[in-house]
Amino acid sequence: MSPVTTSLAAIFNLNHSAHVVEWHFIQLSVANLVVIALMFVVFFAALLLPFPGAQNRRKGRS
Amino acid sequence: MSATETPPQSSWTVKLRERAVEALPPEKLLPDGQPTYVASWIYIFGVASIAALVCLIASGSILALKGPAWWHYTSVGHFFNSIHLWSVEIFFFVMVVHLWGKYWMAAWRGGRTRVWITGAVTFLVAVPCALTGYVSQQNFDAQWISTQAKDGLNSVGVGAFFNVTNFGQMYSYHVLLLPLAVVALVASHVLLVRRHGVVPPIDLKSRITPAPAAAAAGAAGRQGAPADTQPASGARS
Repeated sequence: MSPVTTSLAAIFNLNHSAHVVEWHFIQLSVANLVVIALMFVVFFAALLLPFPGAQNRRKGRS
Repeated sequence: MSATETPPQSSWTVKLRERAVEALPPEKLLPDGQPTYVASWIYIFGVASIAALVCLIASGSILALKGPAWWHYTSVGHFFNSIHLWSVEIFFFVMVVHLWGKYWMAAWRGGRTRVWITGAVTFLVAVPCALTGYVSQQNFDAQWISTQAKDGLNSVGVGAFFNVTNFGQMYSYHVLLLPLAVVALVASHVLLVRRHGVVPPIDLKSRITPAPAAAAAGAAGRQGAPADTQPASGARS
């Protein structure tokens, strides 16, 4: 496999079975946990980050 | 009938049109502005879900036209297969964040119960829509997922009706029945949002320290619903 093909294939080596996290009856793949963590990050970022032009819109209203 | 004649009121088309215009006048259906509180990142996830759905349907239509051999064995097929996969990943990602945002906003306030219900049902219908896609891939991944799902569906007693190892049945569900349901639900959800307005944030200040006028009104007995239980007034920026 050429280096270009290898670099385009995937950032991480995916040629193995999934890593899983087990806690009692709960079994989650690490990939799914990463996605859930990202959803939390995006959710809180959406709440905290200022929206472009929001201040001007509120000032314009008052 | 001339153009100046009044149409007969018994006509079902006239009644339907009048009801539709009454429920959703053009300025509500296609507004030219939104309330100032909509200028927040938390309000973008609904339209982001719709954008992902458009990409899903467009890429899925191309996959349906070309067929499994094309999406498995050609570079362009791989590309559109990936577009379809990542569209569904983003669709669920932003839809979950949208759901969280609306849940903590109590988005069913102000007569928006049907808006909330159509959104929640869309999520529930989208799950089997995605599952039928995973089992329709025509590869080992599809075989693995379908045999796992078979056990799950059999355990709840519906395996005789939904045979996840039957490619034809699952493909029909995936490309026609379930997408049709999702699109119809999303359309009704958006029309209901247009009708009732985007839900405003919860006014915590007035809830924690009620204004003197509100306190007086409360002492005299509640005369009306709090502001955040009313549909959006449509204050424009």
